[in-house]
Amino acid sequence: MQEAFIHETNRAAEAAADVVERRLQISRREFLQFCSGVAATLGLPAGAEAAIAKAVEAAQRPSVIWLHFQECTGCSESLLRAEHPTLEKLILDIISLDYHETLMVAAGHQAEKARKDAMAAHKGKYVLVVEGAIPTRDNGIYCKVGGQTAVNLVKEVAADAAAVIAIGSCASWGGMPATDPNPTGASSVAEVLGKPVVTIPGCPPSPYNFLATVVHFLTFGALPATDKLGRPLFAYSRLIHENCERRAHFDAGRFAMEFGDEGHRKGYCLYKLGCKGPETYANCPTLGFGDTGEVSWPVGCGHPCIGCTEKGIGFAKPIHAVAKMVNVAPPLQYARIVEEQGRGASFASAAALAAIAGAAAGGAAMLTRNLGMSHKAEELEKAQDKAGKNQAEV
Amino acid sequence: MSAQHHAVPEPVGGPLLNKVTFIAGTLVAIMAAILLYRFIFGLGAVTNLSDGYPWGIWIVVDVMIGSAFACGGFSVAMLVYIFNKGEYHPLVRPALLASLLGYTLAGAGVIFDLGRWWNVWNMYWPWSVNPNSVMFEVAICITLYIVVMWIEFAPVFLEKLGLKDMKRKLNKFLFIVIALGTLLPMMHQSSLGTLWVVLGTQVHPLWQTPLIPALFLLSAIIMGYAVVLFESCIASSAYRRSIEVSLLNPMARIMLGVVAAYLAVRLGDVIFRGVIGRSFALSLEGLMFWLEMACFIAPFFLIGREVQRRNPARLFVAGILLMLGGSLLRLNGFLIGYDTGAGFSYFPSLSEILVTAGMFATEVFVYVIVTRRFPVLPREAPAH
Repeated sequence: MQEAFIHETNRAAEAAADVVERRLQISRREFLQFCSGVAATLGLPAGAEAAIAKAVEAAQRPSVIWLHFQECTGCSESLLRAEHPTLEKLILDIISLDYHETLMVAAGHQAEKARKDAMAAHKGKYVLVVEGAIPTRDNGIYCKVGGQTAVNLVKEVAADAAAVIAIGSCASWGGMPATDPNPTGASSVAEVLGKPVVTIPGCPPSPYNFLATVVHFLTFGALPATDKLGRPLFAYSRLIHENCERRAHFDAGRFAMEFGDEGHRKGYCLYKLGCKGPETYANCPTLGFGDTGEVSWPVGCGHPCIGCTEKGIGFAKPIHAVAKMVNVAPPLQYARIVEEQGRGASFASAAALAAIAGAAAGGAAMLTRNLGMSHKAEELEKAQDKAGKNQAEV
Repeated sequence: MSAQHHAVPEPVGGPLLNKVTFIAGTLVAIMAAILLYRFIFGLGAVTNLSDGYPWGIWIVVDVMIGSAFACGGFSVAMLVYIFNKGEYHPLVRPALLASLLGYTLAGAGVIFDLGRWWNVWNMYWPWSVNPNSVMFEVAICITLYIVVMWIEFAPVFLEKLGLKDMKRKLNKFLFIVIALGTLLPMMHQSSLGTLWVVLGTQVHPLWQTPLIPALFLLSAIIMGYAVVLFESCIASSAYRRSIEVSLLNPMARIMLGVVAAYLAVRLGDVIFRGVIGRSFALSLEGLMFWLEMACFIAPFFLIGREVQRRNPARLFVAGILLMLGGSLLRLNGFLIGYDTGAGFSYFPSLSEILVTAGMFATEVFVYVIVTRRFPVLPREAPAH
């Protein structure tokens, strides 16, 4: 009886696996590896990968509407160009991407209809992803899609969304388009909607941070915990400086002073070249970037971090301006490594010492002789006085 | 006890510019130039100091030995005011002047040697101090003593400037200042010795002993008397005055008593701790130990008898030997018998030697000017 049950369950699991394998065109093994990876990225406890696998297998694909405003599409590109063999398939399969201007085949009124249909069909359930800043100056006329301003569009779509995710620095706080003097009044999604949203800043952000956020929503029905800027804590709670692979060089005071110098070639700390790692919160050093291995992130390749995930740093501070230390300030000067142990006597110092000693000894000897002579003379005088007195008495 | 029974002090007079002030002034100018360089470019640019020898001759000679030489004022004041030997009063002012100069320069010498001298105010800032530190005790005590001595010596300037009223007011509480002036040196001269207790095994066992504070204090008192002998002989010889042998003779006897006490403690300690054997080893330390002891023992043969003490030449040489003995004690413990580990060595640089020479030249320079223009030395008795 029991055996029969296990057999039945296994058969069901195998069937489900078959479905996933067919659907995603990857092996079961690869699928579970992906689930474990996402669970690790999210910092979830052991066993969570099973929940993630179940959620993804169940194919309750949330409808996603992806809006583009003032941006370069780099965020979408980074998701698609990721070297992980199945990533784009997974992104497109975990979610039902119902509207994405770059990826969708539809155009014109057909495209707009797709968006309206998705909004109506999944009212209150779909996820809104915004890529790019939203221009607000002059009634938002600087960005229009289908004759509608970006401001109106984002407000309309957000009204019935289950969750809003701002991807990239532009959507998170304005990013590059909001750089001074900000002629279009580029603003973040949160500013336009007037409420906090989950932000995945970065230029572009790590695709895994976005993917993990979506999978979290899929698995637990809610977006992950965030900091006060709306960034998921699992990805943005630590300074780049804290986990940087070059941190030991910083602590030892070994810095690259200019590009291509000896320190730079030896992989020394890039702090003095303007690395913003010490004031930027992101998981780049632990996660790497673009799936190409250990060094596949800016600092790993020898370029200082520009602080793209940090409002007020990325696109605001000059790239080679030295970072302000958020946790610890290094001294301006480090103690020298060479320890001096004394130089011994030089000819001049020995001669000077001998001259002083000689002069003192000579002076003392002369003075002693004079004192002795005057004493003798005095004694003689006294003796004569005495003799004279004695004579007088006699 | 009042000064009326003795010759009243008066300025010696004479030209301020002479051979001695010219040579001393030149040395002072050289010192000033080196110190300017030191304060701009730091200690490393001028001295041979290292992490193994952070204290060179600027501390050991200028401060440790310099302040011990400057104990003349304290030793004589103790004799006059504590043991009520009023007959020594004429020796007080010249001794006090030498002490005043010695201590003021020792205080300045500490600043020269401080790597970050601009932080020195922390020493006097109640929220920054560490009251458990020996260095803190020494610093505060020496500072206070310098102030106390300037007040003690103030009547000299007040007399010169004719401020009789102020002098009368000062005299009312001068006894407190004098009492402080005998207490404070006892405190810091012994604390300077305590530094060796703190330095621990880095100091050779012939000098590192828990009794070293007592030895420092005793030797400082001895050096104080020795300096008075030395200075009286030099001053009388330089100014062609008669020597106060009638005072120096009994004072030298008291001094020999202190030397005997010192030798008893010193030898007793070395024997009791069982390190006397180390002094017979064929080493620099053993040689220096006996050289130092010889300087303390020789005066008994030189001025042990009353007749010998009447000869100023013998008093002068005995004074020099005891000054040398006390100096060797300090040099041996702080530099020669001091070892912080393999590889470290120290020999003063030319600049360090010239600054130290300049410090002593400053003393001579100021001593000459003050004694020639202010009432310090006793009035010469009319020729008989």
